[in-house]
Amino acid sequence: MVAPKAPSKKVISRESKLDSDYKWGFVTETDGDRLPKGINEDIVRLIAGKNNEPEWLVEWRLKAYRHWASLDYEEPQWAMVDFPPIDYQDIYYYASPFKEKRPESLDDVDPEVLEAFTKLGIPLEEQKQLSGVAVDAVFDSVSVATTYQKQLEDVGVIFCSMSEAIEKHPELVQKYMGSVVPYTDNFFASLNSAVFSDGTFCYVPPGVRCPVELMTYFRMNSEGTGQFERTLIIADKGSYVSYLEGCTAPMRKTSQLHAAVVELIALDDAEIKYSTLQNWYPGDKEGRGGVYNFVTKRGKAAGRNSKISWTQVETGSAITWKYPSVILQGDNSVGEFYSVALVNNRQQADTGTKMIHIGKNTKSTIIAKGISAGKAQNTYRGLVRIMPGAENARNFTRCDSLLVGDECGAHTVPYIEVRNKSAHMEHEATTSKVSEDQLFYLMQRGISEEEAQYMIINGFCKGVFQELPFEFAMEASQLLKVSLEGVVG
Amino acid sequence: MAETPLLEVRNLEVSVAETEILTGLDLRVNVGEVHAIMGPNGSGKSTFANVLAGKPGYTVTGGEVQYEGKDLLKMLPDERARAGVFLAFQYPVELPGIKTREFLRTAVDVRREERGEERIKVREFNKLLEERAKAVDLDSAMVKRSVNEGFSGGEKKRNEILQLSVLDPKLALLDETDSGLDIDALKIVAEGVNRFRGPEKAIVLVTHYQRVLNYITPDYIHVLIDGRIVRSGGPELALELEAKGYDWLRETVESGSTA
Repeated sequence: MVAPKAPSKKVISRESKLDSDYKWGFVTETDGDRLPKGINEDIVRLIAGKNNEPEWLVEWRLKAYRHWASLDYEEPQWAMVDFPPIDYQDIYYYASPFKEKRPESLDDVDPEVLEAFTKLGIPLEEQKQLSGVAVDAVFDSVSVATTYQKQLEDVGVIFCSMSEAIEKHPELVQKYMGSVVPYTDNFFASLNSAVFSDGTFCYVPPGVRCPVELMTYFRMNSEGTGQFERTLIIADKGSYVSYLEGCTAPMRKTSQLHAAVVELIALDDAEIKYSTLQNWYPGDKEGRGGVYNFVTKRGKAAGRNSKISWTQVETGSAITWKYPSVILQGDNSVGEFYSVALVNNRQQADTGTKMIHIGKNTKSTIIAKGISAGKAQNTYRGLVRIMPGAENARNFTRCDSLLVGDECGAHTVPYIEVRNKSAHMEHEATTSKVSEDQLFYLMQRGISEEEAQYMIINGFCKGVFQELPFEFAMEASQLLKVSLEGVVG
Repeated sequence: MAETPLLEVRNLEVSVAETEILTGLDLRVNVGEVHAIMGPNGSGKSTFANVLAGKPGYTVTGGEVQYEGKDLLKMLPDERARAGVFLAFQYPVELPGIKTREFLRTAVDVRREERGEERIKVREFNKLLEERAKAVDLDSAMVKRSVNEGFSGGEKKRNEILQLSVLDPKLALLDETDSGLDIDALKIVAEGVNRFRGPEKAIVLVTHYQRVLNYITPDYIHVLIDGRIVRSGGPELALELEAKGYDWLRETVESGSTA
């Protein structure tokens, strides 16, 4: 029997005729639905109403909104990023490509929207779907389609949009939403809790090893719209799931706000592997436009022997502000953070992690690679906290920064708090420049300067890329290459 | 009509940060020939090899270099390499995260691409590489590791010869490839160079010591002192240098230059 040829798993990179370095910058015309600009209690109720949400959730949103409003538009000030004041009343908090609810069948989805995902390399039609990857496709504020749902249901895995989960699995949502990132957590998390519109939900039942990679593809389309999605993943006892997210947005002259919340919960002996390829529009060379990526991601390794692993490749966004963290609550639990953050031109990134050790024999690993080019600024900010009860906790941290050119910056800001004497802590940090000697060596073997530069930077990132699922590691490499275009010469 | 030489260097003058290193160097190399350039420390031997390969940091203040009749100094380092100029480095750098195998395959492919050929098949290349690695006594596991990372001095030099053999250039510039090698490693390296030698190839071997010439017999020996060639001769010149040292020639130069 001849197996049908599997479609390639191209996720982020894509050929395009667009006259720019950013190859995902097209705009899709949709005839959908949008709530008026601005935020107030009515808007929060209207968003909840779009989805007929239960009363407890509406109340939760309103509490979040009131908390956020009490912060008086004061964003956190400690990060090493700089941006003009955001007018929170000048943002659309809800935009959907659909007039009403999401259609049951793909046949009823605007072909323009489907075409957009096909262009992005994520075809949603059944016969063209990516093999081995289940995709939840989020377009502006709503989930457009979720593939492979049937196959996943057969093994008991719930993988659906957040709005569907609220409707069909309210007990799970109510139990876990906000349990890792409370609505009071921080400014952007509070805002998200008030106005989040959709996102992805996943539940893996006890003992199940999720048979395919799960993926959410986030696409921001409409002008002036913020994207506020929530992701909630629960790995029940002894289960395993690998999840990936990819993100792109059109090129716009004005900046767009993306304030997401991701919560992961791993129970006893469960493992969650969460990978991100973030390629939001970074703005132009002078720093105009681009996405403000202000995201709260946290996992709770709640059970004994549980494990949560974050791998992120951050190449996009004008500003990145995110710290995927792990609360190591269960004894023997493991937290990992592998990160590549590349900034070019005028991009700014302040990113890192928090590892909070609570349980005994907990172990965390942090490998962060920062690359700065152009006039960009890159900051690693990480906290390792060993609580008094965390006997025999271990942490290994390694932060490496690579500078390309003379006008960029790299900063490392580690916070280490140890309240138990049995802890083992290791911290290594390096800063280096792409060396002339390395470039010359490669060029002497016939490799062009641009390719040589890329090979050196790719080599620098190897330790992180190898943590990604294979196809996505290839994608990440590719993304790095595209993001570095124009660095040489 | 005389054939165009592979390499023709005329009155080459080179400075590094305002200091004159080469002060009028002339050299003509035809295919099939092996030239050894000898000289004391600081005479400009390595500068010469580096300038031919296009290493940044050197300023050519005079003279010209023709390679296959083209102006070599106008070409970028990678263009020179693809045109067949290979430099075996005196101090090969480490390239963390770049595996020797992929690095060399890329180097082979850029040459093929320039000739309009298809990329080499991965399996074909791996086989070739394994065979060539064995010839310079490098463990096949080493080519799966990052280039030169954690290699001993001798392993790095053998890795240079491995690259020479895989990339198969026309002109090999060997910059003190013999330095720091024990006798066994020296033999392996010399064997590699001798295998490369042929009627279509040329070698310019830069060395401080006569020792390597016991294993690689050059057609010509040139003595470089204070940035130019002061004496050229056949292989027998090496023995004379071994016996008398470089000072003997330095004195000749000084008395000659005042004349």
